[in-house]
Order: sequence, then structure tokens, then C-alpha cells
Amino acid sequence: MATAKLSAPASQWAIGGRNPADLRRSTLLPAASPRRVAAAPIRAGSYSDELVQTAKSIASPGRGILAIDESNATCGKRLASIGLDNTEANRQAYRQLLLTTGGLGEYISGAILFEETLYQSTTDGKKFVDCLRHENIMPGIKVDKGLVPLPGSNNESWCQGLDGLASRCAEYYKQGARFAKWRTVVSVPNGPSALAVKEASWGLARYAAIAQDNGLVPIVEPEILLDGDHPIERTLEVAEKVWAEVFFYLAENNVMFEGILLKPSMVTPGAEHKEKASPETIAKFTLTMLKRRVPPAVPGIMFLSGGQSEVEATLNLNAMNQSPNPWHVSFSYARALQNSVLKTWQGRPESVEAAQKALLVRARANSLAQLGRYSAEGEGEEAKTGMFQKGYTY
Amino acid sequence: MASASLLKSSFLPKRSEWVAARPSAAQPMAVSFTVRAGSYSDELVKTAKSVASPGRGILAMDESNATCGKRLASIGLENTEANRQAYRTLLVAAPGLGQYISGAILFEETLYQSTTDGKKIVDVLVEQNIMPGIKVDKGLVPLVGSNNESWCQGLDGLASRCAAYYQQGARFAKWRTVVSIPNGPSALAVKEAAWGLARYAAIAQDNGLVPIVEPEILLDGEHGIERTFEVSQNVWAEVFFYLAENNVMFEGILLKPSMVTPGAECKEKATPEQVAEYTLKLLHRRIPPAVPGIMFLSGGQSEVEATQNLNAMNQSPNPWHVSFSYARALQNTCLKTWGGRQENVKAAQDALLTRAKANSLAQLGKYTGEGESAEAKEGMFVKGYSY
Repeated sequence: MATAKLSAPASQWAIGGRNPADLRRSTLLPAASPRRVAAAPIRAGSYSDELVQTAKSIASPGRGILAIDESNATCGKRLASIGLDNTEANRQAYRQLLLTTGGLGEYISGAILFEETLYQSTTDGKKFVDCLRHENIMPGIKVDKGLVPLPGSNNESWCQGLDGLASRCAEYYKQGARFAKWRTVVSVPNGPSALAVKEASWGLARYAAIAQDNGLVPIVEPEILLDGDHPIERTLEVAEKVWAEVFFYLAENNVMFEGILLKPSMVTPGAEHKEKASPETIAKFTLTMLKRRVPPAVPGIMFLSGGQSEVEATLNLNAMNQSPNPWHVSFSYARALQNSVLKTWQGRPESVEAAQKALLVRARANSLAQLGRYSAEGEGEEAKTGMFQKGYTY
Repeated sequence: MASASLLKSSFLPKRSEWVAARPSAAQPMAVSFTVRAGSYSDELVKTAKSVASPGRGILAMDESNATCGKRLASIGLENTEANRQAYRTLLVAAPGLGQYISGAILFEETLYQSTTDGKKIVDVLVEQNIMPGIKVDKGLVPLVGSNNESWCQGLDGLASRCAAYYQQGARFAKWRTVVSIPNGPSALAVKEAAWGLARYAAIAQDNGLVPIVEPEILLDGEHGIERTFEVSQNVWAEVFFYLAENNVMFEGILLKPSMVTPGAECKEKATPEQVAEYTLKLLHRRIPPAVPGIMFLSGGQSEVEATQNLNAMNQSPNPWHVSFSYARALQNTCLKTWGGRQENVKAAQDALLTRAKANSLAQLGKYTGEGESAEAKEGMFVKGYSY
């Protein structure tokens, strides 16, 4: 059996071995020929195999992503909450605490870093990317340049970052990053307007194509913000619309689906909606959305926690894994993994070990949730505290 | 556990509040209706599941009168209503057909016909546990502004047509549009094909019929399998985007794709394993798991080829039911065996059952191909075939 070559260069797929220019000279096409459907084959690119392997490694059973890509300003808020100044040394100390946690790689398959952290080392001089590799954790990197107002919209935002993205990604790859992340947002109370949804989806698709072209698995993250008093049905409706558009543009941009990861928000009621939803309801609505929108070629769906408490985020993930899914359904949590850690550390060197233990506790809980085997017994009060902040900017 | 209910309007911001809040230039809001549940939702899901049941597939017998005439002519029969009735009676009355066949697509005439014994054909099918389906499109016509391509008409009056067919007993519909690789395909032809399918699907569901979504990428051409793969990816991406825009419920549709193969005139043939590899890759990249069934068309492959290819696609579990919706690849030998003679009816029905069983096994990934006849291996590709 001849090996199926899905990456045949353009010259090979031309009809009957002739090239398209010859074909055009024949009488087949009238003088003013209508535009052909994209004439380039699905771009395999030089990184295809590695992208697929990276994505699979991140989407491995019982594991998920630790998101620690807070910008310096946002990291400053975290440090301020425990009374620390926002200095590079403090940011380094905090990230070091997280990234040198022994055994973390059993539950964590990838860590998203901010640019500063990608180039940082421990106080002993060991590169953070090497610490991660040592634990079999893929280093990832935030590549967007943040949210700014979208003119012509209903006070909505768009995510910038396409300028120079190709060279940025190439540099990050050299430094050891193997996946990228780009977070845009959609606001239900503000519409969302068709414009905001289109811009969000198109930006994600362009970013994804550029990332893959430079060796990075793109995490595709259109966060549908929790803010609002809308019911869960409205969230489902918006989520379905957003993901339909995202996938259409990803296809148009010839993104290879086997080499991407998704980072959706779960389908829940708005934060100010009077009725709360149980984990089972959230799982039902979220899985319905995924089944309607996500082709099985996508290896992993890593949910964001977006303001849920640590325990809520774990319970909801667990509910989604009570039966087999056609894709790996897991977590990419920031606050829902770090909250207790931060509070335990308080900036004190003597508390580092306890803080690292707290991280392992949460990481393990979510690992069990990914396998559908989590039980909330023994969870502390802190872990159950919601972290929603109205109008949160991160 | 709360169930998804239709959207209540009370949570939407009051128009006065929303108007006050937005900037002066009018901003269109994203559509504010929920994915239309509709009154037939549950039934649509059940119908689709029943058609997509393990070990079963669709018998496509919806040839227009003109096309049926070609079939009859090939065995020396005139194209009369009586002959069409006799042939369709033969097919639907094959004993035990329902073991392998979950649905039968009919032409309008047949939906309203009775067997030669005076029994309604839809009743015979239902008794056989076979869902009656109905072709609802009005055929292909030239697409202005394209590269000599076609478009499929049929949206006018479609709603009332579907409602009437539902009353007559149909529970699923079929609409076949085509895409031609040698002719481009042009972006226009792909867009028109995809949009027409999406509009038809929404209307069908609204009237109780599960829509089979069929953009046939014609076999004609010398192109290699990679080109077919590329075009298929583009077509299905657009189809699904428009289905979503039209609020079609994915749990209540079925697909009828062409397999990913080289063009009929390509010098390199592909093995069943290659066809399976490319086709499954396409499905994995384009078909969300909510879709219950993917029923392949045979489009000119021989009876055995069509069975082998299906079998190759079912060698490991898939996230959707992967099956068949064959016309020629189920009927060919049966027709020849019948030859229009009453005394051959039983033998012809046996031939139909043989092919149905073979494809049933293929759906389960258990087909072995022992005992296939030479007739069954003959290709049925007709260049420029119009059907």
C-alpha cells in the first residue's frame, strides 16, 4: 500500500501531473475565469509532525495546563494581594516556587509563561524552560498583545498582536517554547455584536496559522466572559455562534486541526444570574456545545476557569469526564490552580514548601477530574471561595 | 437536571436600556434567537438515530422518472408507471430487508404509490422497520456566472412540500447538489451549494423531516486523491458554517458525502485502505460528533468497491455511525437479475439482500468479500453522468 501523502507540494496535485498554467491554456476555462477555491494544498509545513506530537503530549490523560502567563501588571495584582511589591525579583521568586515544584509533571503537561518568564532562570541560575523540560512539562508562551477597544462595536474589545507575530514566535521557539496562547474575549451583555465575534474569530485564525508556521501549537482561546445576568441557554447560543465562526476561519486559514488546542470557557449562567447551575448542568450544556462544534481531529480542549472557585472549576471538569469523549477534555487554569498557593506562600521563604504542596493538591485534584474520578471530600474553605470579579481585566 | 428550554425574552436588555447604552451609529446585534428547538426536535433525533443504527444503512431508490427510465431501458423495459411500480415493489418487499436497511429514499411518485398488491409502499417500509425518506430537491440547472457548473433548485414551496410529505409518512429528506473539480470548483459554486443545503436543512427540520445533507463531489476528472481531499475540506467547512448560521440542529441531520478518492480518470487507483485513510481524515477534521450518521454515496463505484471502501472505514470505532446510502451499488445486480420478468423476482430480491447484507457487514467492519460475483465487481462510472 502506497503511503498516503497528505503533504504533497502544489506541483504534485496538479491535474494529471500537468501544472495549472497548462490547464488554463486549454479550452476548459472561459476567458474571464471565476476565482478557484484555494489552490494551495493544506499547508503541511515543516513542523507538522512536531506540532501533532506536542499537542498530544499536552493532551495526555490525567494532565492539564498550569497557566502562569500573567502580564507584569496582572502579576503585580497577585503579589499586592499578599502584600508584596511588583518587582522582577518577586515575580521571579513566585514563578520559581511554582516551576520547581517536584512531581508537578505528573499532573501538569504544559505551562503557559509570560515573555519575561520564558527568559528567566531560578535564583540558582537554572533556566525556567529547563526546569519544565525536566518535569516533562511543555513550555508555552503568551503571544498576544492584549485587549483594546474595538471601534464601531458596542463598547467591546479586540485582541491585538499580529504585527511581528511570526518573528516573535520564531524567537520563542528558539528559546524553548512549543506552544502559544492568544486570549480574546466576547461579552454577552454587550451583544455580542457580529463585528466583535468576527474580529475575535478572524484574529484567532490568523494567529493560529502563523504560530503553526513557526513551530508553536496554538491554543485557541475566545473567552466568553462570565459577566452578565444571562441564563445558561444564552451562553450556549453565543458559544455555538462563536465556535462556528472560529472553526470556519481556522479552516479558511489552512490551520492543521491535529496541531491545535482549544481553551474555551465552560457554558454556565452569567455571574449575576439568579440561578446557579450544578456541575451536571454545566457539563451537559458544555458537552452539547463541544459535540456540535469541535471536530474530533482536535486533540485537546483545555478549559479556562474564568473566576470560578478552585473547587467549582474542579467539580465542573469532573462532571464533563464521566463518560469517554472524542477529545481530551482537561484544564488550563490560572487562578483556580494558584489561589491557595499564593495565600499559603504570603511571600515567606519558609512557606515555599507548604505552598508547593498546595499547588500539588490542586493539580492532583484536577488531574483526577480529567479522569472523571474526583471527589470533593476534604477540600478546604479557601478552595471553595469564588474568584469572580465584575469587569475583571487580566 | 435542568433541560434546555426555549429562550425567554425577559432576560434580554430592554430595548430602551440597550439603545441608550450604545453609541449613536447603529450596531447590529448578533442573532438573538436560541438555536431553534422547534416542535419536532425529539422526533428528529430519534429518526436520525434509527437510520444511523449499527449494521444498517440506506437504500437510495429515489431515481426521478427519467432516470428510472434509464434503469428500465437497460433491461429492455419501457418507462411506464406500471413498470416503475413493479420495480419498486420488488425492492421494498424483499423479505427481511429491514435487517440491513434502516431507511429508503423515495421519489415523490413512489411515496404516493402502492405495491402491485395494493398496499401503500410507505406502509410496507414501516412494517419492515425501514424509515421512508423523500427526495425534495428539484434537480440541477446551470449556474450563471460560474465555470459551467450547476446549482440545485428546490427551495420554493419547500416548506409545504415537506409538510405534505411528512403527512404521507416520510420522516427524512434528501437534497443532492454537486461540485465539479475539473470545473474549479469556483468559489461561487461551492458557496451556492453549501448555502442551498443549509437553507433546505433548516426548512426540512422545521417540518419534521431529518435532512440528509449531500454535496456530491463528482468522480469525474483526472485529479489525484489529494486534490479531492482539499476540495472536500473546503466544501464541508462551508457547509457546516452555513448549517450553524441557519440554526440547524446537528443531532437531527445525516450526511451523504462522497468518499475521498482519485478522479475517475486519474491514472493512479487507490486501495480501500487509502480511500479510508483520506476519507476518515476528512471526517475527523470537519464533522462534529453531534452528527449521528454519515451515509456515503457510491457515485459510480462498483458494488464490491463501494462495500470494500466502507468496510475499510469501519476497522476501528468512529465518533459517528459511518454507513452507506447506495443506489446503483445496491440495485445493479438486482436489476439485471430481474430483467423485468415476474419469475425472476425472488432471485432479484435475493441479489438485493446479498448486497444489503454485504454492506451491513461492511458497516460493522466485518466484510470479507468471499463469494462475490464478477457482475458485482464491475465499475459503474459513467463520464458526465447526470442522474
